Amino acid sequence: MSTPAYSELTLNGLWKNNPAIVQLLGLCPLLAVTGNVVNALGLAAATTLVLACSNTAVSVIRNVVSDAVRLPVFVMIIASAVTCTELLMQAFAFELYQILGIFLPLITTNCVILGRADAFASKHAVAPALYDGLIMGLGFGVVLVLLGALRELLGTGALFADMQLLFGPAAASWKLVLIDDYQPFLLAVLPPGAFIFTGLMIAGKNLVDGHIKRRQDALKARPVKGAKRVRVTGTIS
Amino acid sequence: MALMRVSSPHAHGRYSTGMVMRQVLLATVPGVFVLTLFFGFGTLVNVLWACLVGLACESVALLLRGRSLAFYLKDCSALVTCVLLGIALPPYAPWWLIAVGVAASILMAKQLYGGLGYNPFNPAMVGYVVLLISFPVQMTAWTPPRGLGEVPGLWEALQACFLPARYDAVTMATPLDVLRQNQGLLLEDLWAQTPQFGRWAGIGWEWVNLAFLAGGLWLLYRRIFTWHAPVAMLASLALMAALFYDGGSSSSGGSPLFHLLSGATMFGAFFIITDPVSSAVSVRGRLVFGALIGVLVYLIRVWGNYPDAVAFAVLIANFAAPFIDHYTQPRVYGHGKSGGTG
Repeated sequence: MSTPAYSELTLNGLWKNNPAIVQLLGLCPLLAVTGNVVNALGLAAATTLVLACSNTAVSVIRNVVSDAVRLPVFVMIIASAVTCTELLMQAFAFELYQILGIFLPLITTNCVILGRADAFASKHAVAPALYDGLIMGLGFGVVLVLLGALRELLGTGALFADMQLLFGPAAASWKLVLIDDYQPFLLAVLPPGAFIFTGLMIAGKNLVDGHIKRRQDALKARPVKGAKRVRVTGTIS
Repeated sequence: MALMRVSSPHAHGRYSTGMVMRQVLLATVPGVFVLTLFFGFGTLVNVLWACLVGLACESVALLLRGRSLAFYLKDCSALVTCVLLGIALPPYAPWWLIAVGVAASILMAKQLYGGLGYNPFNPAMVGYVVLLISFPVQMTAWTPPRGLGEVPGLWEALQACFLPARYDAVTMATPLDVLRQNQGLLLEDLWAQTPQFGRWAGIGWEWVNLAFLAGGLWLLYRRIFTWHAPVAMLASLALMAALFYDGGSSSSGGSPLFHLLSGATMFGAFFIITDPVSSAVSVRGRLVFGALIGVLVYLIRVWGNYPDAVAFAVLIANFAAPFIDHYTQPRVYGHGKSGGTG
């Protein structure tokens, strides 16, 4: 199978085949932990790391493992990567590790990771597989962080609260209070808000896609200048 | 609109959508009047502001969807939603609270699903529930009715709505809250010790409910809806209350009459659950639908944690409406019970 160009991989991961808002994979963590930016960022980083590691490992062993046992092998690889990530987070961001709780081990069951391992990494060389893992993780992470920012802003009127959980004590002052005296809009932080805002993001993406398609169609349909009209009635004497 | 050529039967509907909606609006007048009488101009300001925001939201949504403004605004369905929401909200609510609720009702619950006729949930109740779970403090702040405290005038009502920082209202637990929080008092003693209770239910609330009952009966007389859903709801609510009345002990849930004349019972029974779009459609289905709401209202009121239960009960029953319809589909004439020709 021919390896797709890196530009195409980038476009696919970030926009055309975005794991979160096009493939709609990994919705459980997407909906559950995007209550604020720091949680979203933490989970996004962990998922990206796991995705890159598992894609690389799967690509390395792709010619050794037979098709019949490939899925159990992939799951083992992913589970090991997740365990490593969990230990890393325990070591460097313990409070965030506690907040994310069950959603860190649950990365193992995130369909994006198994999907990319089976659909891409097991068929391509190591470098493109690693890049695909990184860019897919980035695409997932961007949606996660955007959703987290949107919900944190509407829910609390502030942004980047509690960033010290991820970036050390210096980040404690990063909190931006955009609206003083804001009435917390609890719905945005509660699970229904996650569904509503994910839906709105998907709608927004489709709107942009539709707009682009209409513009391309309009460009295509322009008639060629100087085209001859075909005479269909009468005769030329 | 293109005219369709249709074959017989050439039955004429008596009412257009707009006429139905206008009669519903008219029928809320006694209820709003009594609310204003007991709680001051807050409700009236709520309703008017909600209508303004609602018309703006509806117009924007229609423009975005490329629909005819004149045709869809004339059916008054947005106005009905906004009036119902404005009545349901506590008086003297700040302007942004009402605006958020109306936007949730019209934009999210109605237009996102495809406009009038396609909404699976009652838009006014969606708006109410969005507000109730988002802003519990503002949503449970009911001012005391006339007779228990000073009732603000029109100017104060406008100030409370548009300049909330300048106006402080005194609020008081509603009779339903008082009963829910009752700890260890016999109903008789609770009645005697708490100023909120009147002859049958709460002061003010009993008359508000009777006024909505009057408006609802007028709609029934005009045949805007059938009696099935409201009667089933009131009957099942009264039955539940009678079953758990407990002789007026300290763990009693309140008498049937108290529940029938408290909170949003009559308003819900005649103005909310009779929504033709989001309720069940068959006759038997409406009976089940109404009865389900009655039972749920009692359950949430007595054992739940929210002040009133009509909005939640209606939304849950809206979920169940297609399911109810599936099992209560009337038999087509000429077909047997198994569905084949009989």
